[in-house]
Parts: sequence; C-alpha cells; structure tokens
Amino acid sequence: MISFRLNGQAQQVDVPGDTPVLWVLRDTLGMTGTKFGCGVAVCGACTVHVDGEQRRACVTPIESVAGQQITTIEAIGGDRIGQAVQEAWVKHDVVQCGYCQSGQIMAAVALLRHRPQPSDADIDAAMSANLCRCGTYVRIHAAVKDAARSLA
Amino acid sequence: MRPMLQYLSGELPTALAEAPESPAAPGEGGLGRRVFLKLGLAAGFALYAAPGGAQDASVGGSAPGAPEPLKPFQQPSAFVAIDADGIVTVTIGKIDFGQGVQTALPMLVAEEMDADWSKVRCELAPAGEAYKDPFFHIQMVGGSTSIKASWQQYREIGARMRAMLVAAAAKQLNTPAAQLRTESGSVVTPDGRRLGYGALAQAAFAEPVPASVALKDPSQFKLIGKPVNRLDARAKSSGRQDFGIDLQLPGQRTVVMVHPPVFGGRVARFDAAPALAVPGVEEVLQVPLSGGATGLAIVANGFWPARKARELVKVEWDLSGVERVDSAAQLAQFRALARQPGIAVQRADTAALTAKPAPALITAEFTFPYLAHTPMEPLNCTIDFRGDRCTVWVGSQFQTVDQAQVAGVLGLKPEQVTLHTMTAGGGFGRRATPTSDYVVEAAQVAKARHAAGKTGPVKMIWTREDDVRGGYYRPTHLHRVEIAHDRQGGVLAWKHVIVGQSITMGTPFADFMVKNGADATMTEGVAESAYPFPIALEVHHPKANVPVLWWRSVGHTHTAFVMETLVDELARAGKLDPVAYRRQLLAKHARHLAALDLAVAKSGYGKATLAKGRAWGVAVHESFNTVVAYVVEVSMKGGRPVLHRVTAGVHCNLAVNPRTIEAQVQGALVMGIGMTLPGAAITLKNGEVEQSNWHDYRVPIHVDAPPVDLHIVPSADPPTGMGECGVPPIAPAIANAVAALTGKRWRSLPFPA
Repeated sequence: MISFRLNGQAQQVDVPGDTPVLWVLRDTLGMTGTKFGCGVAVCGACTVHVDGEQRRACVTPIESVAGQQITTIEAIGGDRIGQAVQEAWVKHDVVQCGYCQSGQIMAAVALLRHRPQPSDADIDAAMSANLCRCGTYVRIHAAVKDAARSLA
Repeated sequence: MRPMLQYLSGELPTALAEAPESPAAPGEGGLGRRVFLKLGLAAGFALYAAPGGAQDASVGGSAPGAPEPLKPFQQPSAFVAIDADGIVTVTIGKIDFGQGVQTALPMLVAEEMDADWSKVRCELAPAGEAYKDPFFHIQMVGGSTSIKASWQQYREIGARMRAMLVAAAAKQLNTPAAQLRTESGSVVTPDGRRLGYGALAQAAFAEPVPASVALKDPSQFKLIGKPVNRLDARAKSSGRQDFGIDLQLPGQRTVVMVHPPVFGGRVARFDAAPALAVPGVEEVLQVPLSGGATGLAIVANGFWPARKARELVKVEWDLSGVERVDSAAQLAQFRALARQPGIAVQRADTAALTAKPAPALITAEFTFPYLAHTPMEPLNCTIDFRGDRCTVWVGSQFQTVDQAQVAGVLGLKPEQVTLHTMTAGGGFGRRATPTSDYVVEAAQVAKARHAAGKTGPVKMIWTREDDVRGGYYRPTHLHRVEIAHDRQGGVLAWKHVIVGQSITMGTPFADFMVKNGADATMTEGVAESAYPFPIALEVHHPKANVPVLWWRSVGHTHTAFVMETLVDELARAGKLDPVAYRRQLLAKHARHLAALDLAVAKSGYGKATLAKGRAWGVAVHESFNTVVAYVVEVSMKGGRPVLHRVTAGVHCNLAVNPRTIEAQVQGALVMGIGMTLPGAAITLKNGEVEQSNWHDYRVPIHVDAPPVDLHIVPSADPPTGMGECGVPPIAPAIANAVAALTGKRWRSLPFPA
C-alpha cells in the first residue's frame, strides 16, 4: 500500500511502486482528466502538481510521491489561480481537440504561482514544455496573460 | 517482396466489397453516387476531386410534383432531440477532433430552428445510415468538407424541425401556422404568447416531416456568421471531456502491441514467459497486422503492466522478402527518376528550355520528407466482441469504413458492428486510413482473444513510439522544375516533375483519384494552379515499403511551397514586386486577389517601414476551395528565420463561425511552421524508422507560434473548406522572406539546421 493525498483527500493504492502516477490516476483510480501523450516527459499532457510543483506524471513513480499532495485537473478549479486560468481558457476559446489542455492548464497554474505577472518571454519559456498539435499556442498565450490580469 | 506488395495492393476486404448501398432513389445523379456504385463502397473524396463542390442533386429537397420520400439524412429525428426543459441536442454525423464542427454544425441547425443557443448541446453520432454524408455516401470527415458538404443538409434539418414545432403549436393554440413565428427557442403567437420548444417537442416529432422547406437568406442570419465559442470549451478546460482513450468498461483489458521493426515483418518466434511474469499481464497473443505483417498483443489489467511487459518479450523477427527502405538511397532514387520521362499529367511546350540563344533559366530541386501526424491522443480503439455482434469505440474519421473493416475481420455483417464515434485528440488525417490499420489491429486482438475463449472488452493503446514508427506518413516527395523566363516575369516554358509514392493507389480511392497512373492527391496545387504558366507536368510514383497517407492539406503541403517560392523567385528575377507580380498573374481569380489584397493591406506591406533586419514574405494558395494569403515579417538570427508576425487574408466564402475559422488558421499555420523546423522529418535506415517520440521528431512548440492577425473576406456564398487551408502558404511565405534577407533560396523542408 502506498499512501498519498490526492486533491485534498487521503488516498491509498495497492500497486507496484514503479507504477507511474499517470497510470495510478487513470487505471487504478479511474481519473482520466490527466492524459497520456508521450510516456517520456516531453509533451506535458500528463502534468500534475506534487506539493504545488508541476510534475510529469508519466515518469513519476507512485512510490516517489508517497506522503505527498497530488493535485490534478479535476481539482484545480478549487484553487484561486486554477479557477482564473480555467475561466480564461473558456473566455479565449483556447481548446481545439482539447487533449493537451489539462496539462497546459496545470502548467499555466504553476507558472502563475511562481510569476503572478509573467512577461511574454516568461510565458514562452514556461509553456514551451507543453505540446499542442492543434497549435492553440496563440490563444494559450493570451489566456495566460488574461488570467494573470484577472488575479492582479 | 510479397509483404510490400500487399501494403500497396490493399485488397478490399470482403466486408467492404459487400457493404450495403445506401438506399437511394433509382436514377439519382451526382458524382458521389456514381463513385459509390462503381466502387461498391463509397470512397470518400469525391467533393475534393470536384473543385467547386458540386451539390448532389438529391440534397436539395423534394422535386416538383410527387415528392420523393425523405432520406434518412434528411430526417430531423436522427439529428435533433429536444427535452422537456427545451435543451436541444444536435447529433452530428462527423467526428470533432478539434476542427470545431461540434459547434458549427449545431449552429446551422439552430439558426434555421430559431433555437436558443444557450440551450444547444452536441453529440457525435455512432456509425449509421442517417449519418452517411449525402454526397460521399459514407460517414466520414475529409477534404475540409464538413461544413461545405453539410451546409444545406443541416440547415434543412433545422428548418424541418422548426416547421414541425410550429405545426404542433398551431394545433395546440388552434391558430393557423402562418400566424405564428419562432424566436429563441419558442413559438410566438401574434399577441405575444410564447410556447417553449421543450413543451412542444413531443407533439412536434409526431407531426409529418415536411419534404420541402424554405431556408433563410444570409441577411436573416442571427447566429451564422457570428463569432461563437465552442460548445465543448468548458469540458475540455476542466478534464471532463472523455476521449476514446478514457473509456472505462467493466471487465476491460488494456492491450499494448509489439510491432515489427520493419513494415511487413513477421514474428518468427517469441518467448512470452518474462512478460507473463509481470503482475497484471494475462496473455501474449500473436496477431496478423496490416500488409501481411504479424505482431504480438500484450493483454493486461492496465496500461503500465502491458507496457512494462513489452520490454521483456523476446521476439525474433522474420524480415525475409521485406523491402528495407533507406531514406538517403530513396532520395537518390527519386532524384534519378526526376530526370527521366514520367507519366504526363499536363502537357505544354518546353522547347524554350533548350532554345538558342539560351533564355534565363531556373533549375530547382525541392525535397520533402516523410511526416508523421502524431495527434496528441495516442491512437487507440476499444472492442467488445461477443461472437455474433461487436461494439467498437474509436475516434474514427471513417466510420463506415472502419465498421466494415472490423466486420470483415470478425466475420460479421457491418450492421452487426456498433461503432461509437469518440471525441478524438487530434487526427490531421491519421484517423482516415483506407485500411483502418489500427482499428483492424484491435479487431484482430479481439478475435484472437475470443478464439481463446476469453470475453470482455479490450482497449488497445498505441504508445507514442508505435505512432511515430507506425507508418501512414505524408509521403516523401521530390520536385524538379526547369523554367525558362524573360527576366521580366514572363515564363517561356515550365517543366515540372514530381516524384513520390501514391497515397491512394491500391485503395478504393484510386478509382477516381488516380488518372492514367497519376495520383491527383500528389499533383493538386500544381496541376490546378491558378497561375497561367504553361506547365508541363509529369509524375513518377515509385513504390516503397512505407505506408503513406494524407496529412493535413495533403498534396498542398509540398506543392504550395514549390509554386509560391518559384513565383517569388520569378518576381525577383524580373525585379518585380512579388505582390504586384502575383496580382498581375491572378488577375482573373477574384477570390485569390481579394484574400491577397486583404492580407497585404492589413499587414502594411509596401507602406510600413520594417525594423532593421526584417523583411516581408508573401504567399497565397488555394486548397479545398478556400484561398489563404499570408504576409509575414521575418528576421534572421543565427542563420535561422525568426517569424515576428503573420497577417492572414482568408476567402472561405460565408464564414459560419469566424471564431473557429480564426482558430483553424492559427493552428494550421503552426502546423505549417512545423514543417520548416529542423528535425521535422521521419527518416528510415535499413528499413527501420529512426525517430521514436517527440524528442527526435520535432513538432512546433509554444515559442514557435507567431502573433496572427486574421482577416476574412466578407461573402454570402456557400462556405468552402477551412480545416486544412491554413497549412500550405506559411512555409513558402517564410522561405520568401528568407530569400529577401539572405539571397538564398531554401528549396527543401524542413529548413537547414
């Protein structure tokens, strides 16, 4: 049994310790908002927060986060920054296929936590680690800036 | 060479050949119908093959005199549901994988229904007769036709639904229908009383369906033409949107595949014991794959055990008789072919190329690599096979084809296969495989399990490595062009040879996409160029053991680059302004001119002074009946272009949802920029694909996307394509700016590192 906190609740799973957080969420717990994209931490679709810091769930063994707090897209709207980001995403009609957007939103929230008023260069640097094949980057950029403004 | 030939021959499975025809009236006309009859299976891209988008005669409602019975695709009951609260759910026959038809098609219905947009929802239809495209006669998305081909159909459905609601209200109120009007989800009486659609729905569906309905004039539109946000924006911004890969069924097993290292390879022997030792792994099955290949399916109680087990299975492959493609050798082969006579597609006098005294000559070779689509959602398919019936859940772009192919594998009739269309995380062409490759693979796994006496649904998930190495790429191409010109923009001769694998040969699409041995999906953009050049066009279609497929904007991905950079080169050789030169050449093409002029005017081209070190680049190209012009602002940094701004002019006729059109152009041009990035290439060595994931197959990232100013030419004409048209002109626009800055003509994609 591996114990951790998930979206504010105590959680225990009985899986091999090397199982990535991504597959614990998706297959063991049935929480599919966090997405599988590459499996090697290059696309960011699986981004979650571990103790408030963004982490690629596809390469994070569950045993490495024992006792820590995992936050996923399902709960990020309960966070002040998370809610602002999600509202900006809807307002800017960011999504196309939408598959990468859980990860994009988790990355944007992490950025705004560290840099409440990011510059264009900050956004470019932080958000370039999350791929979107539909090419929604221009709207992601605008939505991040708008979320930052709404939180100021 | 047997396996290779099997890839190329793509014999129609029995189930496809026997697919039932859509019930259509005898003597019904239309290209789509003829194609359907010819092939037995309607093969999709008829509209695409007929620029101008001829409407099927059967779509236009009833003929005068005795009305024909309405066809399934004209029945509101298949497309519209209204609940007691007045929530209108529009079921669409198309997949939405980002292109936005899940919003735009309901807009067409809601406009004519006078529905309250805040109460409109959307669902994706399963495979079904009513959802077959009235033109294509199969259920599919392709050729940027979802709006173009549905424009009349979906509005008529909305108008019929409205008429039925009014008829029901007329009975309830005992008021002539002619005195009633409709507004925002209600029928309104002359004295202002309102009856909500929710209260009328049940009675309305009992009303006869009117055969003929009048549609609104564009001047009456309240919703169409307005920028509308996506209906799925909130679900997709909160992790609540379910994709195919998210499906969770009781008793479901997850399958990870072991594919051969070379296309067409076969399992010689394997040792599954180490894999079976992984907790959660249940079985390792050998299954047939596309093109005579075989592979292994690892069945487990979740993805991770299966994925782990894949590293442990020991497989010995039989690669005998399998062609092993090498990219460098292939390019040399293409280069040699381009100098030999090919299949003539378009004839013109080329004598000027060898005239004495010699005129000014441009001789240019362009190369384009294999490209993988890599949609964000890894390919997946879930199948529950019960022996005499089967249910499939898949993000399918070709529902009718996939349904029939699964039926063929499982020995069922298509109607015994229920296929649910799942929201898909991108596609870009990869989900429209005539062979249904990965869907068939899942069916083979289900079949093997069933044969082994196992029951329950299987969800097959391809890893990203399976996807990058899985073939079905945009083909490699080489263009060789020789131009004789007069140094004043006048072209005396133009000899153009294109070399590349055919996408459609050996598929049901060949019958109308391949003419005299030349595949129109390779020549589009040169063959129908709007430029009045005397182009003598020849092609070669060498075969290669690499499965190929359409990739967003298909042939235009390379032809636009060749044409638009050469036009620019001719302008500069004649010391002509590239915009003025294009305007002169395109004088008879009003839509090209309108798009180009709009982009030029809004960009400040020719008026504004650019920052030091920057240059303009221009390109304009028509694809899928839509014209897109880009004016870009570029500088060079460390030998690489930096794209500062893009101004787009778009002529897509009536813009149904300008918000979506803007999104499609923003996204398509990012994909087009992607083609220029060093590393954006799939290469093979000794038959094996050298790339495996996004760390070595480069796709555009956030910082690659420039600010875009988009301008749409106003029009009330029936809408044309939008999903792909933004891709083709961006790479040549950048290359033209690079040439202006450096004097160097970059002739290949991706650009040099």
